[in-house]
This record gives sequence, structure tokens and C-alpha cells, in this order.
Amino acid sequence: MKKVINNAEQVVEEMLQGLVLAHPQYVKRVEGFDVLVRANSPVQGKVGLVSGGGSGHEPSHGGYVGRGMLDGAVAGAVFTSPTPDQVYEAVKAVDGGKGVLLVIKNYTGDIMNFEMAAEMADADGVKVAKVVVNDDVAVENSTWTTGRRGIAGTVFVHKIAGAKAEQGADLAEVQKTAEKVIANVRSMGMALSPCTVPAAGKPSFTLAENEVEIGMGIHGEPGTHRESIRTADETAAHLLNKILGDIALNAGDEVAVMVNGLGGTPLMELYVVNRKVAALLAEKNIKIAKTYVGNYMTSLEMAGFSITVLKLDSELKELLFAPADTPALVQF
Amino acid sequence: MANGIAAMEALADVIIANKEKLTELDAAIGDADHGINMTRGFEAVRTKLAAAKPEDIGGLLKLVGMTLISTVGGASGPLYGTAFMRAAVVAHGKTAIDTDTAAQILNAAIGGIKDRGKAVRGEKTMLDALEPAYEAFTQAMAKGASLTDCLTLATAAAASGVEYTKTIIATKGRASYLGERSIGHQDPGATSSYLMLATLTAFAKEQEA
Repeated sequence: MKKVINNAEQVVEEMLQGLVLAHPQYVKRVEGFDVLVRANSPVQGKVGLVSGGGSGHEPSHGGYVGRGMLDGAVAGAVFTSPTPDQVYEAVKAVDGGKGVLLVIKNYTGDIMNFEMAAEMADADGVKVAKVVVNDDVAVENSTWTTGRRGIAGTVFVHKIAGAKAEQGADLAEVQKTAEKVIANVRSMGMALSPCTVPAAGKPSFTLAENEVEIGMGIHGEPGTHRESIRTADETAAHLLNKILGDIALNAGDEVAVMVNGLGGTPLMELYVVNRKVAALLAEKNIKIAKTYVGNYMTSLEMAGFSITVLKLDSELKELLFAPADTPALVQF
Repeated sequence: MANGIAAMEALADVIIANKEKLTELDAAIGDADHGINMTRGFEAVRTKLAAAKPEDIGGLLKLVGMTLISTVGGASGPLYGTAFMRAAVVAHGKTAIDTDTAAQILNAAIGGIKDRGKAVRGEKTMLDALEPAYEAFTQAMAKGASLTDCLTLATAAAASGVEYTKTIIATKGRASYLGERSIGHQDPGATSSYLMLATLTAFAKEQEA
């Protein structure tokens, strides 16, 4: 597998160095840790937002550190949750006296590591709250699962809870807003081709030439089923219908849409998907208040995409449209 | 204490030697990183052991646990890290392992994994290797078996537990997203637990010989 890397063991370290060199006005490194925080951290009198997870999902999460979104991002090894000591350092570095909200994607490892970090911070007297994002409708919640996975909808949590914190809300209020986003956001993805974890050196699964995986997770973990590739319109309709089957939307409701590339899909194809998503929502008289098309939550070089729909109310809409100034998302 | 350090080095060796096997097992039902993460952790353990002078087995196990927590990541880091930390508590002040201490260590480690992972047996996890192992160990102990005999029976039970994981649906961890498709594959966490137990058993036998 060809990759533009120097050494598989150094990928995360070298990426973080490059990111800080590219965006010194936004982020700085917490010395000795795989943690990026705002250049002006800690922001006094503001609730801090910390997210993170395995690397390989860039620009998540380091790309969203900046005004209006995150205060800190913790980078684990590729597709591997960061360790508790790393998360704990991020919490300490961003705490401006009003407490810290941890935004966790729903994976067993992430939850355990972030919980251990929260226990450490608690022992230090830092107020910590947490929310768990579980927007992926591909895998139904049942007794057979540990719940749904957290995928691209997490970016909406960063955006909206980040804006809430920027307004000066307290920790409980920011947590409540984040939970409202989580309750109203749904996503589903699919993959055309696998990705290769640098340290593994080979793909974690294979797909036949004409085959796609529907419901693919963002770590190459299998989805609901495999099928022969269909048109962009048919695939987009399938994913969107699964999403709409899971959240109550009525004619006249307003939503935000994200068509997210998994890393190896041209923007051209993402726009083709977005065309169909917009048309299907228009048919149902659902109003799209804002659309994001691009690579927001990737899976290394995997080809494929996910669709995210966030149902808006007046609070969520206002916060979604609030300014953000980060390496990967700038809004005025 | 040289024995204890050598035993932990043997654990590191077996995990590192099985890096690819564990990763392949994980690729089939998870996210293909178990061997990679465990190897990173145990390489750090080996480095720490080279410099460490723990005074008792508790201190040794704590060193291993802390190192795994801060280097492994994923789910295995907190789970194995917590297991070793809990085992360290019952081994505090001990400089040798007898049958009773070994049983307490195993029991404490299992308790740590259950608490941290909020898991029970039968969910296709490391507990499916470790709990049968503990039962076999304590049954043998009740009959007055030696430490190595208890360990040998525990290891055999863990091996059966690993085989059992092939027949059940995963309900914890990323493999759970596969539902019925996880049937037929053995659990990588149960496998690494078995490997560690088998290694400690072989080590104890060498000491006895």
C-alpha cells in the first residue's frame, strides 16, 4: 500500500507538527502530549469543549479547534482512542474556570478512556461533563449492540455546542444544547473501497470490483450489508430514507444537511449526491437551512460518503449560523 | 522479584510475537488494531521493566497497569490496565505467588474488566476466556492441586473459552456492530487473555522444574 508517510509509527506525531505549523494562529500543542488546544487557551470564563478520538478522521478533531467550536482535541493512534492521561491533559489545558464538556463518539474504547480522564479531572476539582454522540442509523440500537456509532454528526455537535459555550453559557447549558443536537441528528454512510491503517500496512477488508458496503463505519468496521454498486441517486436515496425513517420530520421543518466524504471521494461526486438529497427533501417540503459538502469526518483514504441530517429549532439554527473560525471550518 | 519481572517480560514477548495474529483476528470482526495496540503497550512495559525496581508484586503489576493505560488506547488499554491495577491491590506486599494469591489476582483482574467494560460473560469478550479460567483454577485449588496444576487447568479452560467465542454473537465493542456476522470468528480480546494466561502457566512450570 502506497502512502505519503515517512514512518508508520510517526504518522500522528508528524501530522500534529504539520498542523500546528500550518495554523499557529488557531492552535498550539500541549507540550509532550498529542493534544491541540486553541492558541489562546485557556479561555477564561468560558466552558471548554474537548473532543478527540483515534486519528485518521481528519480534519476531525484538531481541525475544529478554534473560536466557536472546540477548545481542545486529543489525537489517538490511527483509529484508536486516545489514552486517559492525554485527555486529562487537554481538560487541564482548556479549563477556564467554568468547567469542560467532553464530546465523545460512541465507541467502547473512547467511552472508557474519556471516563477515566473525567475521573482524574474530578479528583482535581475540575468540573467535567460529557456527551456521547451516536448518530449512525446503520446499526439499529438493540440488545445486540452497545448502541449506535458516532460519525459525521459529531461535527454539528462541535459547531453548535461550541457556539453555545462562546455565548457564555454555563456547563449544564452547553451540555443540554449538545444533547439536543445529538437527539436531532442522524447519519448513515457507505463505502466503495477500504482504507489501510498505516501500521497495519494492508486493508482491513476487501470489496469486489463492483461491490459496495452499505452502513460502513468510519474505521472500516462492516456495515449492514454488501451489494452491487448502484447509481449515486439510488444510493443517496437509500441512505436518506434510512435516516428519515428514524427521525420525525414534517413538511415545513427545517434541517441542516452534511454530505461528508470519507477521504477518497472527489467533491464532484459529493455534489452529485447532494443534488439528490436536496431534491428528496424538497419533495417532502423539508427546508434546508444550511448545507455542508466536503470532507469533515474521514476514514483515511476510504472512498465513500455519509449523509447527515440535523433537525433544527430556533436555538439550534441560530447557533449553527453563529461564527466559527477554525482551521477546517470558517463561518462569518 | 527477578522472577516477577521475567514473567512480565514473557508476557510482553508473547503479545509482541502475536501482533499480526491478534490484528488479523480483529480485522475480521473489529477495527484491526488489537495486536498493534497491545504491542505498543507491551513494548513500553518492557522498556519500563528494564529501569524499574518494584519492591513487591503489587508494585510490579501497578507499573504494568499504569503503562498499559497510558500507551495502549482503544478498549484494551483501559480494560487490561484496570485489570492489572486491581490485581496490584491484592498483590500488595507479596514477593512470591502461591495458589491462593494467584486466585485472588485473577479474580481481581476479572472484576476490573467487568467494572470498566460493563460486560458480563457470554458477550464475546476477554471475560469468556478469563471467567472459565478462574472457575477451573478455584475448582482445582479446592481439591488441593498445586499452583502449576491449577494454572494448567485454567489455561485449558481459557482455550475452550476462546473456542466458545467463535459460536456466539458479539454484544460488546466494535464487533457488536456485526451482529450475527460476528459468529464464526474468535474474539481477539479473549485470545490475548488466553495467550497471557498460557504464558504465565508455562513460566510457572519452568520455575518449578
